[in-house]
Amino acid sequence: MSETATAPGGGQAAVEYIDDVVKKFTIATTFWGVVGFLVGVVIALQLAFPVLNLDLEWTTFGRLRPVHTSAVIFAFGGNILFATSYYIVQRTCRAPLFGGAGLANFTFWGYQLFIVLAASGYVLGISQGKEYAEPEWYVDIWLTIVWVAYLVVFAGTLLKRKEPHIYVANWFFLAFILTVAMLHIVNALAVPVSFTGAKSYIVWAGVQDALTQWWYGHNAVGFFLTAGFLGMMYYLIPKQAERPVYSYRLSVVHFWTLVFLYVWAGPHHLHYTALPDWAQTLGMTFSVILWMPSWGGMINGIMTLSGAWHKLRTDPVLRFMVTSVAFYGMSTFEGPAMSIKAVNSLSHYTDWTIGHVHSGALGWVAFVSFGALYFLVPKLWNRERLYSLRMVTHHFWIATLGIVLYITSMWISGIMQGLMWRAYDSLGFLQYSFIETVEAMHPYYVIRALGGVLFLLGSFIMVYNLWMTAKGHLKDEDVFEEAPHAAAAGA
Amino acid sequence: MAEVKKDALTGIETTGHEWDGIEELRTPIPRWWMLTLWVTVIWAIGYWIVYPAWPSLSNYTKGVIGYSSRAELKKEMARVEESRAGWKAKFQAASVGDIAKDSDLLNYAMAGGRVIFADNCAPCHAAGGAGTKGYPTLVDDDWLWGGTLEAIEKTIRFGIRGAHEDTRESQMPNFLEDETLTKEQVSTVADYVLALGGSGSASAAGKALFEENCTACHGEDGKGNKELGAPNLIDAIWLFGEGKDRVAAQVAKPKHGVMPAWQGRLNGVSIKQVSVYVHSLGGGK
Repeated sequence: MSETATAPGGGQAAVEYIDDVVKKFTIATTFWGVVGFLVGVVIALQLAFPVLNLDLEWTTFGRLRPVHTSAVIFAFGGNILFATSYYIVQRTCRAPLFGGAGLANFTFWGYQLFIVLAASGYVLGISQGKEYAEPEWYVDIWLTIVWVAYLVVFAGTLLKRKEPHIYVANWFFLAFILTVAMLHIVNALAVPVSFTGAKSYIVWAGVQDALTQWWYGHNAVGFFLTAGFLGMMYYLIPKQAERPVYSYRLSVVHFWTLVFLYVWAGPHHLHYTALPDWAQTLGMTFSVILWMPSWGGMINGIMTLSGAWHKLRTDPVLRFMVTSVAFYGMSTFEGPAMSIKAVNSLSHYTDWTIGHVHSGALGWVAFVSFGALYFLVPKLWNRERLYSLRMVTHHFWIATLGIVLYITSMWISGIMQGLMWRAYDSLGFLQYSFIETVEAMHPYYVIRALGGVLFLLGSFIMVYNLWMTAKGHLKDEDVFEEAPHAAAAGA
Repeated sequence: MAEVKKDALTGIETTGHEWDGIEELRTPIPRWWMLTLWVTVIWAIGYWIVYPAWPSLSNYTKGVIGYSSRAELKKEMARVEESRAGWKAKFQAASVGDIAKDSDLLNYAMAGGRVIFADNCAPCHAAGGAGTKGYPTLVDDDWLWGGTLEAIEKTIRFGIRGAHEDTRESQMPNFLEDETLTKEQVSTVADYVLALGGSGSASAAGKALFEENCTACHGEDGKGNKELGAPNLIDAIWLFGEGKDRVAAQVAKPKHGVMPAWQGRLNGVSIKQVSVYVHSLGGGK
């Protein structure tokens, strides 16, 4: 099943790539993706219709919300990062995975065990109560072991590479793996109450705990959901568009500025709190400086299409990838704007934040992951092409409509909520009570849930398409060049 | 790089390397990108000069305008306090009765009371005091503990069956569980109570049971007793649900509502304002 490659210029030793583990990660990505989206739809509906909490402790919003966030970030996102980083590092180093199939398989099963341990804990009410770092100490220790094994596999492969230089995608993957290890270990430092119980206490306290938590939390966004996925993008887009990367220099400068600046941005989650003013200032200013380094990735992704724009018409997989980069650009503009204290005083604690996160999560992370899945599955299963490109288009438009409904409803709801909270009447009393703001948000919660349903529907189409592709079927359908809009569109 | 490779489409040089078929161009960094990056850096440096920014081991740079978010908050709060000082003094001096008679104070109390009610009372008594099962509606003229301004103020201040020592307290016996009444007797008296409320017909046996067990609190005529918080039984308002089953259950093993004392949670001025507001909602006496 393994693809082989020969060194250019010489017919010597062919490299046997270890792809079985990549297949496993690909299947896990698809599975957890659907689970994560489904739970997301459930909790979105719970917010609109509280009766759906079912009056059972295990199904309340408070317990299902971390199931959703962990499922989409760590299970869906994590598995596609493993899949693509293992696939890409082998091919761009012309070397098989360090440690062989054994160590790589350990990271696969170890990571799935981490996911199951974490999620089952949430449902049973076991949580550290730290956002995106909810798993308790025993899960944290297990993840550390798995993560170190991941680092060994990845860095070992880089060291054994047969290429003289390290490709830019691998800089980003390595930065992601190293930084996530550091963030996870420092933020999760805890003292268990007993070695036979789940409960532990974090070693950090008060505002220092809050700062550590958001140093972790924002860099989970910066390194897990950004650097890692940029690594993916740096391989997928040039490969799918069959064009060289737009600017090597830009990739160097934006890589180093991005990794240097991101670690400072966490305090913008704690504006107008007990966090000292100076820390708030640094968090905000570094977030604003981060705008261009983020856009460097977007420019390099989109401009790589120079000379290949026409492919967007006929290649819906490329369309997923490029749209993801556009969403990345949008949310990395919105993020610095929201980190500015004056803006934050309106946006903080409102649905605007939720909308912002989802324009990044759905538009950027999920779309580039869909692109990766559509790219990987035919190659890993040795198929000529996907089962159906038409279905990729349907997935694309349904999911895009879902995202648009999601983020626009949350913008309106969030800004309205922020304005209602700060409205005063002529006598200086608050104009609205909290419950009135909740009532006002209800229609937007329904629209948001509808957006989520569309996004979930799109993923069902993808699952079917990937399943049929893996089984070796080819749908008999019109080729894309003959699509009516292709003829109509001028450029 | 010995040989210069160029991208055929754009004519731009590549770096000469290739990974799995991917090459990189030597396109210069876009000028506008670099410029914007520097503008944000210069802006940040300016911001650091003006505002608190960089820590040392024991201190931090304060910034040239001496900004502090805590000081700002204090100033802002003081400004609000000052603007309300006149009103506050007037409310402290006035009783709820005085407030209701003074149109300026009444107007102000209604505006403040509405907000206080919505944030503190609406979670149980529902928006606008509409009430829900187990939580009395405040928009009608049925008052368990009295509907005068003073009675309402007292209820809010000290609560019902709450933790405050001056809380209003009363408890209806568990007639079935304590074996005061048999199951049939509970049923009979429940029919009688329903008849008092205008549905069904009263039986002599029910009347006898009622007089023996219920009149001490609910009165001969079943009109209740506000001193004891004993509900009026003839107005067809059933706090814990309508119908024979609910009424019988309430005789057999009654539910009792609890309301917390708001003294200590709300200040005296707020309690007066919300009392006047609640009094105005429906049939304040």
